[in-house]
Amino acid sequence: MADPQPQTLYEKIWNAHVVERRDDGTCLIYIDRHLVHEVTSPQAFEGLRLAGRRVRRPDLTLAVPDHNLPTTARVDGEGKRVPIADPASAAQLAALEANVATFGIPYFTDRAAEQGIVHVVGPEQGFTLPGTTLVCGDSHTAAHGALGALAFGIGTSEVEHVLATQTLLLTPARTMEVRVDGDLGPGVTAKDLILTIIGVLGAAGGAGYVIEYRGSTFETMSIEGRLTVCNMSIEAGARSGLVAPDDTTFAYLAGRPMAPKGAEWDRLVGYWRSLKTDAGARFDKSVVIDAASVEPSVTWGTSPDDVVGVSGVVPDPTGIADPVKRAAAAKSLDYMGLTPGTPMTEIAVEHVFIGSCTNSRIEDLRAAAAIIGGRHVHPRIRQALVVPGSGLVKRQAEAEGLDQLFIAAGFEWREPGCSMCLAMNPDKVPPGERCASTSNRNFMGRQGPGARTHLVSPAMAAAAAINGRLSDVREMMA
Amino acid sequence: MTPVTQVEGRAIPLGIANIDTDVIIAAEHLKTVTRSGLGAHALESLRRAADNVIDDPAYTGANILIAGANFGCGSSREHAVWALMDRGITAVIAPSFSDIFSGNAFKNGMVTVVLPQPQIDRLMAVAETQPMTIDLTTMTVTTPFQDRFSFGLDEFRRDCLLHGTDEIALTMASDAAIGTYESSGAPMLHVPRG
Ligand code: SF4
Repeated sequence: MADPQPQTLYEKIWNAHVVERRDDGTCLIYIDRHLVHEVTSPQAFEGLRLAGRRVRRPDLTLAVPDHNLPTTARVDGEGKRVPIADPASAAQLAALEANVATFGIPYFTDRAAEQGIVHVVGPEQGFTLPGTTLVCGDSHTAAHGALGALAFGIGTSEVEHVLATQTLLLTPARTMEVRVDGDLGPGVTAKDLILTIIGVLGAAGGAGYVIEYRGSTFETMSIEGRLTVCNMSIEAGARSGLVAPDDTTFAYLAGRPMAPKGAEWDRLVGYWRSLKTDAGARFDKSVVIDAASVEPSVTWGTSPDDVVGVSGVVPDPTGIADPVKRAAAAKSLDYMGLTPGTPMTEIAVEHVFIGSCTNSRIEDLRAAAAIIGGRHVHPRIRQALVVPGSGLVKRQAEAEGLDQLFIAAGFEWREPGCSMCLAMNPDKVPPGERCASTSNRNFMGRQGPGARTHLVSPAMAAAAAINGRLSDVREMMA
Repeated sequence: MTPVTQVEGRAIPLGIANIDTDVIIAAEHLKTVTRSGLGAHALESLRRAADNVIDDPAYTGANILIAGANFGCGSSREHAVWALMDRGITAVIAPSFSDIFSGNAFKNGMVTVVLPQPQIDRLMAVAETQPMTIDLTTMTVTTPFQDRFSFGLDEFRRDCLLHGTDEIALTMASDAAIGTYESSGAPMLHVPRG
């Protein structure tokens, strides 16, 4: 008998979830986990209501508000709820609260300690598990692939489809391996690595692919780091990123509130150990990057693939051969108010944002705090925000005294949420002003109309805050 | 969903690459609980420029948008599709689309047509003076100048568009199979506690 065909991790998860296979290769795929937030769900629930449909598996669904919640105090001194000033945001939160009650969906309220950004909450609660299919009406759902879950963002019609049927009709993706071996240099983080990868692949380079991140660099990386990497897979156009589950994954998940326990834990760990790409399995595309070549990185433009090492300069569009790319780069620089040839470390910033589902976990806050030490933010900085990814991250940071360190340095210490990552709540960068941000998108207007974003790691954001300009974190490490 | 067999009309020759979902509809306008009313804010940041092509009176009433590569990249927000449709755009022609955008478009009956750049360039020129026709039965884009460009479309999507299929109803017809899967003891069928 011939050996079974070697399979990639993606193929193993896919095959384990096929409910029906249609003639054209489209499959009805079972969805194990569904995260719901206030912005992309109201129209889906409305659709269910109009069609008289129920939620098939509320027990596999978890809702939490994050996108447009203000990050200022949610209860006053007497423990009373502070109303949301913006009526549209308040209405969206009220809609979510009504919908989870009507359809019986588990829910963390805006005041719960467990509340936070969906992609921080899922792993932290053990809601996200290896080998599961996980979806959310948010493109950064790819983050959960850090735990070996096949996770991807969906639109509101698909949210409604999953609520009603716990499945999605999908065509298989192509597979790409991004292999990185070796140690990252001092001051170089998971964020710098994924920015570099996006720079290499291009903003659409991953379109149609699921990326598996392989090699010793990812094997020795923390779950927090893997979450940062997988999170930004979408910025290269890929809907999902994956890292094979290993002992680091199991140690991270053990004892989490929603994770399996006892005999079921043992059974599942046994299964999870089988979730590795087989030797000899074929990827449709392979990209190799040397860890030692990765620098602390920063974006200069308005697409996440506009990346340079921090020791580099603002590129000159006239040197770009492709006319479409040349025009785009010129437009980017115009929007960003930058002159070609300017060293990146001479670019002054007025805002610093440490937060978002990319970099708001405890490890990120520790990394930023380590750079700050006892120093103070530069007088040029108008606003420096630290927004923990969840109430539990916030609590942990406070237990370690990080909040006091940030506050003493001149940062604002906020309640968890998406905040200045997408500027749906009052946290915005004013037009024409510049922000060093640990978030994932530098699109025009992403952090507020006319805002100029430079994507960086938490340590680099801290360095920018202290110096009032983009800075090479390596020069600040004692 | 209303069946679509043809989209005929004037096209806006926008042509820019990497138009992301934040450009199509900014986050500040996502605080809605309905699908309608977003059209006024569609492509707002591009429309701030006085001489922008979108507001050029020559294209008033246009129902097709011609864009550059990687149209709709970024967020999963279906609001991007709703905003364009609310503005009357029912088809987008581009060299490539982000996966999520084209999926969202199809689910709302918006047609996304992928054509190679040289054909896009040609249609951009035609769009300045003439209408064009996207036909889902013949899978072609045609112009009054005898241009005839064939495009591909996933069989299933085409069928759904042509028949106006309610995809959820279609899947619910597989209810028994879903139930069988749920009771199959597949390794991942674990219910979160907490
Ligand atoms: S933090 Fe930003 S990227 Fe992450 S879920 Fe929120 S809005 Fe999306």
